[in-house]
Amino acid sequence: MLASLPGVPLKPLAGAIPAWRTELDARGWRAAATAAAAAGARLGALWASDERDRDAGLRVHALLVCYEGLVCLELALPATQARFPDLSDIFPCAGRMQRAGYDLIGTRAVDGAGQPADARGWLRHAAWPEDVFPLRRDTTSDAAWPAGEDRYAFVTVEGDGVHEIPVGPVHAGTIEPGHFRFSVVGERVLRLEERLGYKHKGVERRFEQMKLEDAIRLAGRISGDSSVAYAWAYAMALESMAGAQPAERALLLRALLLERERIANHLGDLGYLGNDGGLAFGLAQFSRLKEDVLRLNARLFGHRYLMDCVVPGGVAVDLEPTEVTSLLDEAERLEREILRLREIYDDHAGLQDRFVACGKLSAETAALLGVVGLAARASGLAIDARVYPAWAPYDQLEPRMCTRRHGDVAARVNVRFEELLESLRLERRILGGLPPGAGRVPLASVAAGMLGLGWIEGWRGEIFVALESGVDGSVRRCHPHDPSWQNWPALEHAILGNIVPDFPLINKSFNLSYAGQDL
Amino acid sequence: MHKLLRQIARVGIKTEAPPAPDDALRTVRGRLNDEVLRLLGRALAIRHVDAGSCNGCELEIHAINNPYYNIEGLGIRLVASPRHADMLLVTGPVSRNMEAALRRTYDAVPEPKLVVAIGDCGCTGGIFGEGYASRGRVANVIPVDVAVPGCPPAPAAIMQGILTAVQRARR
Repeated sequence: MLASLPGVPLKPLAGAIPAWRTELDARGWRAAATAAAAAGARLGALWASDERDRDAGLRVHALLVCYEGLVCLELALPATQARFPDLSDIFPCAGRMQRAGYDLIGTRAVDGAGQPADARGWLRHAAWPEDVFPLRRDTTSDAAWPAGEDRYAFVTVEGDGVHEIPVGPVHAGTIEPGHFRFSVVGERVLRLEERLGYKHKGVERRFEQMKLEDAIRLAGRISGDSSVAYAWAYAMALESMAGAQPAERALLLRALLLERERIANHLGDLGYLGNDGGLAFGLAQFSRLKEDVLRLNARLFGHRYLMDCVVPGGVAVDLEPTEVTSLLDEAERLEREILRLREIYDDHAGLQDRFVACGKLSAETAALLGVVGLAARASGLAIDARVYPAWAPYDQLEPRMCTRRHGDVAARVNVRFEELLESLRLERRILGGLPPGAGRVPLASVAAGMLGLGWIEGWRGEIFVALESGVDGSVRRCHPHDPSWQNWPALEHAILGNIVPDFPLINKSFNLSYAGQDL
Repeated sequence: MHKLLRQIARVGIKTEAPPAPDDALRTVRGRLNDEVLRLLGRALAIRHVDAGSCNGCELEIHAINNPYYNIEGLGIRLVASPRHADMLLVTGPVSRNMEAALRRTYDAVPEPKLVVAIGDCGCTGGIFGEGYASRGRVANVIPVDVAVPGCPPAPAAIMQGILTAVQRARR
C-alpha cells in the first residue's frame, strides 16, 4: 500500500522502475484517481484494451505517476456497456486520451450523469466508420473502409470583430501535419483549438502483428526525433517481463545515446528558435553543430539518429578507446561553441525582445494540465525522471535538473541551453567511467499475459511504454505514450493574449510531436 | 555585433559539393521534356508534405538546408505553399487521415510538376505498411517520379533524389 493511494491493494511489478498494478471497480477507479491527485500524483497515460478473448470484456488502464513510482489502475468493463467514469475533471489531460480510447476500442468516458464528457472523435477522422473500433481483436486490420465525411465541431468564439484563422493540416514549414483553429480579434489570439490525429497510421495495431523482440524497431520509429528514448522505454518494459538485467556498460552506453539524442534536438531547436526570432545566423550556426553531432553518431554508432542502437538486453553498439577520445574532443569543442553562441543570443536585444514574456505558461496552469518535460521545467515544475526516481544508470550519474520560473519562450530557450551543457557533462562522466562488460545479455522467453512498464525521460519529456506479452513471444498489446499528449493542450494556453505572428515562435519553443501522439 | 561577425568569420564556408544525380532512383522516365526540366532545374521551388512519417525524414529535410548541404545555394528553395511549388517532397506512409490533404496539395501544385517520395515508408510503406489507417507508399495515392529509400535517407541522398528528378533524361 502506498501513501498516495491509501486502501488500494497493489501488486508490485518487477523491473528497473518502481511500479505497481491494481484492478478496481468503477467506484474504486474514481476514488483512486481522486486520492492520487490529492497526494500530488499526475496522470502519465490512459489507454484501453480488448479482453473479450479472455472473457473479460474491455478494459481501461490509467497510469498514475505517484511520488512512490508508477501505478497502473485497471478497470474491467462489459463489452456491451463499455462506459467508465471520466477522469478529465481530476486530470484535464485525460480528455484527449479518453477520446482516443473510444475511437480505437470503444470505451466511453462518462460524467456522473452518464453523459459523454466529450463525444467528438480524436484519432478517428473519416478513415473508418463510427461503429468500427480498429483495435478490437475481431476487427480485421487490413480492412479498407470507404472514406466517410470528416466533420469536426470546433468551439466557436463569437463577438464583434472575432474571426477564425484555420491553419493546416499541411503547414507552411517543413513540419508535421495538424490543424490549428485560431479565433482572433485583430492580431490578438482569443482562443486556439488544436485538432490532431492526421498522422494516425495504426501503430498500436502494427505492434500486435510483431514479436516482442522485433517490435523494438517499431518503438524506435514512433517519433523519429526520440528514437533512443522510445527504444529504451520499450526495452525496459520487455526486460522487466523477461527478468533480464543489462550489463552496467550497456546501461551507460544507453544513457550516452539518450544524452546525444537530447543534445542533437536541443541544438536544432535553438537554431530554429533564433531563426523564428529573426536571427538566421542562429540557425546556420546551430544546424552546423547539430550536423557535426549527427555525423559523429553515424561514424561511431552507424546511424545519425541512433535508431536500432538500443536492443532488448542491452545495446547493439560499442566504443573503442580511440572513439571515446573522439567523443570527448567533440564535447569540449561543442561546449566552447555553445557558450559563445549563448553569449550572442543573450546579448542580442532584438532576439531577447521576441523571447521574453512571449508565450507564457504559468506554473499553476502547467501543474493543472499535467505538463511534463522541458516545458514543465521552464515553468518552474521540478519534473525530470532522470533525477527522480532516477532509473539505472542515472542513479549513479547525479544529473542536475535545469529549471526556470517564467514559463516564457526565453525560459524554454534557457532550459535548453542549460540541459545541453548538463548533457555534455553527463557524457563526459559516462565516458570517464565505462566498465568492461557485455553489450547485450540474452532474454529468457516471456510467458503470455505479463505486463511490463518503461519510463524514460526523453529530450521532450517523459515517455512511457506499457507492454503486454501474448502467446509464443508475440505482442498482445503495446501502448507507447508521448509527453506531447500532456503538452499540446498547454500550447493552447500559452498562446492566449499573444499575437498570431508570435505563434510559430511559441510553437517551436514547445516543439511537440504529432507522430508520437497520433500513433 | 562584433562577436557575431567574428563567429561568422571564424567558421568560414562549410558547404560541400552536391551529389551527382542517380538515374536508378527514377520510377518513371521522360515524363517531362528536357526543356521543362532545364528551366525547373535552375530555380526549383519545393513544397514538403508529411503524409504520416515518424518525423525522422523531416529532420533530414531540415538538414539539407544546413551550411554543409546548403541546397539553397543550388537555387532550390523549400516554399510555403503548393501553389508556389514545382515539386512535392512527400514523406511517410500515407495515413488515411492525410490522404485527402495530400491529394489536394498535389492538385494545388501547378503543371508541370514533379513528385519525390522520401524514405523507406514513402517508397514501400516501410515498417508501418498498409492497414486500416495507412495507405502505404506515396505512389498508392499520387504519381511519383523519384523515390529515395533510407530510414531516414541521409541529406545527400535526399539532394540526389531532388537533383535526379530535374536532371534531363539520359539518351
